[in-house]
Amino acid sequence: MQEALQFAPQTAASGIARILWLIPALPIVASGAIALLKQPRRRLASGLAIGSLAASMVLAFAAFAHVVAGWASGYAVRETVNFAWLHFGTSAVELGWVLDPLAAVMLVMVTFVGLLIFIYSVGYMAHDENYTRFFCFLSLFAGAMLGVVIANSLLLLFMCWEIVGLTSYLLIGFWYQKPSAAAAAKKAFLTTRVGDIFFLLGIVWLFAQTGTLLFYSNGGGNLEPLALGMLLQTPAKLGLSAAGAIGLLIFAGAAGKSGQLPLHVWLPDAMEGPTPVSALIHAATMVAAGVYLIARVYPLMAAGILPGGTTTALTVVTWVGACTAVFAALIAVAQNDIKRILAYSTVSQLGYMMAGLGLGGVAVGMFHLITHAFFKALLFLGAGSVIHGCHEEQDVRHMGGLRRYMPLTFVTYGIGMLALCGVPIFFSGFWSKDAILESARGWPLSQIPYSLLVFGAVLTAFYMTRQVSYAFFGQYRGQGHPHESPRVMTTPLAVLAFGAITLGVIGTPAWPWFRAFLGNRAAGLDLHAFAEPAWLMLLLSACIIVIVGISLAWILYGNKSPSAEEPDTLEKAMPLVWRALSNRLYVDELYGVTVIAFYYWWARVADWLDRKLWGGIVAAVTWLFGLWAQFNRFLDDNFVNGGFDKGCEELSAGGGLMARVQSGREQSYLRLLALAVVILAVILIWSTRG
Amino acid sequence: MSFLLVAAVLFAIGLAGALTRRNAILVLIGIELMLNAANLNLVAFWRYGPHPEALTGMMFAVFSIAVAAAEAAVGLGLVIAIYRHARTVDLDEINRMKG
Amino acid sequence: MSFVFWILAAITVAGGLAAVTLKNTVHCALALTAAFAGLALMFLELDAQFAGFAQILVYIGAVAILLVFAILLTRGAEEKTEKSVFSRTWFTGLVIAAAVFAVLAWAVLHSGAALPDHAGLPGPAPQVTVAQIGNALMGRYVLPLEIVALLLTAAMIGAVLVAMHEKGEPK
Repeated sequence: MQEALQFAPQTAASGIARILWLIPALPIVASGAIALLKQPRRRLASGLAIGSLAASMVLAFAAFAHVVAGWASGYAVRETVNFAWLHFGTSAVELGWVLDPLAAVMLVMVTFVGLLIFIYSVGYMAHDENYTRFFCFLSLFAGAMLGVVIANSLLLLFMCWEIVGLTSYLLIGFWYQKPSAAAAAKKAFLTTRVGDIFFLLGIVWLFAQTGTLLFYSNGGGNLEPLALGMLLQTPAKLGLSAAGAIGLLIFAGAAGKSGQLPLHVWLPDAMEGPTPVSALIHAATMVAAGVYLIARVYPLMAAGILPGGTTTALTVVTWVGACTAVFAALIAVAQNDIKRILAYSTVSQLGYMMAGLGLGGVAVGMFHLITHAFFKALLFLGAGSVIHGCHEEQDVRHMGGLRRYMPLTFVTYGIGMLALCGVPIFFSGFWSKDAILESARGWPLSQIPYSLLVFGAVLTAFYMTRQVSYAFFGQYRGQGHPHESPRVMTTPLAVLAFGAITLGVIGTPAWPWFRAFLGNRAAGLDLHAFAEPAWLMLLLSACIIVIVGISLAWILYGNKSPSAEEPDTLEKAMPLVWRALSNRLYVDELYGVTVIAFYYWWARVADWLDRKLWGGIVAAVTWLFGLWAQFNRFLDDNFVNGGFDKGCEELSAGGGLMARVQSGREQSYLRLLALAVVILAVILIWSTRG
Repeated sequence: MSFLLVAAVLFAIGLAGALTRRNAILVLIGIELMLNAANLNLVAFWRYGPHPEALTGMMFAVFSIAVAAAEAAVGLGLVIAIYRHARTVDLDEINRMKG
Repeated sequence: MSFVFWILAAITVAGGLAAVTLKNTVHCALALTAAFAGLALMFLELDAQFAGFAQILVYIGAVAILLVFAILLTRGAEEKTEKSVFSRTWFTGLVIAAAVFAVLAWAVLHSGAALPDHAGLPGPAPQVTVAQIGNALMGRYVLPLEIVALLLTAAMIGAVLVAMHEKGEPK
């Protein structure tokens, strides 16, 4: 490896950096526009979505080119544009975006893979009546994901993170009439929420400590030496520094989104969504957001690292990643749904990525993320093509011999599978996984992660071969006649396959361009690196892993056509183990008994409180009011009305009485007159006398 | 002064008659008595008052006589009209104006 | 307080009393005439000769006759009556009349000090001639004269109308 001097920093915002905000904004605006469209305007909807993402891709490539140019000239590019968003008093909450090698690489990957998946979806969802809604959500998702990528502020990242979570909920539960889909969407959202709570705690703590949420801001950002130094000094519980504790909290959020061990339960269920959704969200982008987040805050996680050592935060990341890798790979062995196998495979590979971050740093983890995005998306889209061709059949035991019916799909799928297994030299997966294994080998703390990851690699080769042999070899065991998918679906497959093969080039030891690019170092071509003994050992071990895994699976499953009714070969051999694995090691059941049961109990308590206590109070108040109203009515009827009626009666009676004076007899009138005169005279006399 | 007393007595008698008799014409008689009593009062005051040469009292009395005559005529005309209509002059029975 | 005065007073008051208390209405009218005559004589006693003769001419000569006519014309109802000539509530009327008398008498008696008595009359009896009265009527009292003339005309027309109206109705 070449260790060149650090590049000179370049932080002034260039033109492309200033308009970087367009990259996420375009798809979001397209999403809003599609939301206003009517359902029948399908071409317009997909056109808007694809067009906006294509424009974002062009911009992303331009940004990438800019950063590459800067890198080639010897600069460490990190251009930020920050602005104050929420003012309160004299301080303000700031948002902003950043353009650096990490962001540039991720932008290119997300937009490119995303665009291919969008094009694929045009064919896949052609028969669905909610076509427009699908593209609306897809666009929103793409925009939010891109926002996560370029965010320079933890707050902006969190906001886009949440939107990503929302759209994944909407997309997983796209066919919401299916109860299983709705439940899966809810599960995804709630599980990631658990992670997000810790994430939010981390954000708040960070803000309290440093007073800012920006990553980079001319020396004042959280990932810059000043803040890091301060955080390192501040002690937290359990022997951690504030930096480590906050890092762990943020990792909890990432663990939720990326399906690491305790919070992985939503990912397999998320396969209820349409296959392009699985490809985009659960292979290439959303689950990668967690990995990206850790890569982004890596300086925080690695704060205080000494050469040859590691920090507590990174240790935790490594262990969780390694355990997840093996756990998920074990479960994948015993699954029968084509997408579910791939889902557990994704969980396993995410574990690899996290372990890579913890063991070897940003470049190692990110390289595997990029290569994985390509071949996993390829695998998912291929699976979608298979499902489409087999008339919506998803159980591998009902497929078989598809290589004769769907050759193009078979070839591309095969390429993806080989890349995933890490078949040496020709496939990118080998280079990225190899880098991780190499870092694990060299980890100072323990060799257990290395062993776990090796075991996981064997398992990966095993279950992928099992899946491929079930689906593409042997006799066709399903209904009807399978057919190849249309060009609009197979073209993206081909493009992705091409990427799956060629991307390895940028990560070879001979030309470690990726690592150098991300690390802001120069990279030179050095073919002698291939001859180093350490690397040759690694190559040998990788070959052994792959051969062992593939051959084992081929012996058990290859070219045979096991029917769906017979138990699996492995099941016959180890029935108990098989049952545990096919029941996903009972994690969901565990949660159901503990967390969910508690939750339901609490919900019942709350309901009882609501109905009896608050309801009772409300009823009591209502009863009081009723009483008061009745009292008022009583008053009203008897006193007011009665009084009034009585008064009127008296008045009438009085009137009647008075009317009797009008007797009609003049003599009485005369009498009254005379009487009045008398009285008047008396008064007059008395007044004058008195 | 005794004239005044006589006038007062006469007035009271006239009033009593007007108030107590049932025949309408007798009421009118009572009223004539009252008017006459007033006239007597007027003349008495004129005779024993400060300025008898102004003739005020007597002229007043004379006019009063004239007016009384006119009023008697009209009143009796009314009584006759009522008699034609109600066939009676009994005041207790004529109460069409009862309220 | 002369003797003549008392006799005249007695005639007048008795006539009045009779006029309001007798049962036969014609007797009442005739008693009234006696009262009128007494009054006229009292006017003469008070040296108001014109008033006295006017009283005789108008009251006795016209009003009393009129009353008699009216009584005779409305006689039909009276023959059948057995009820009292007095109203049912005659006592109330009596009381009120008594009250009026009380007031008047009290007024007279209590201001009697200001009014010189008949016996010690200060001034001589005024010699009022008809010429003076005529002058007064045409001079000082011309307005009242004209108005009374109007009044008499109206009264005459009114009485004729009231009495005549019934005759116009078809039988």
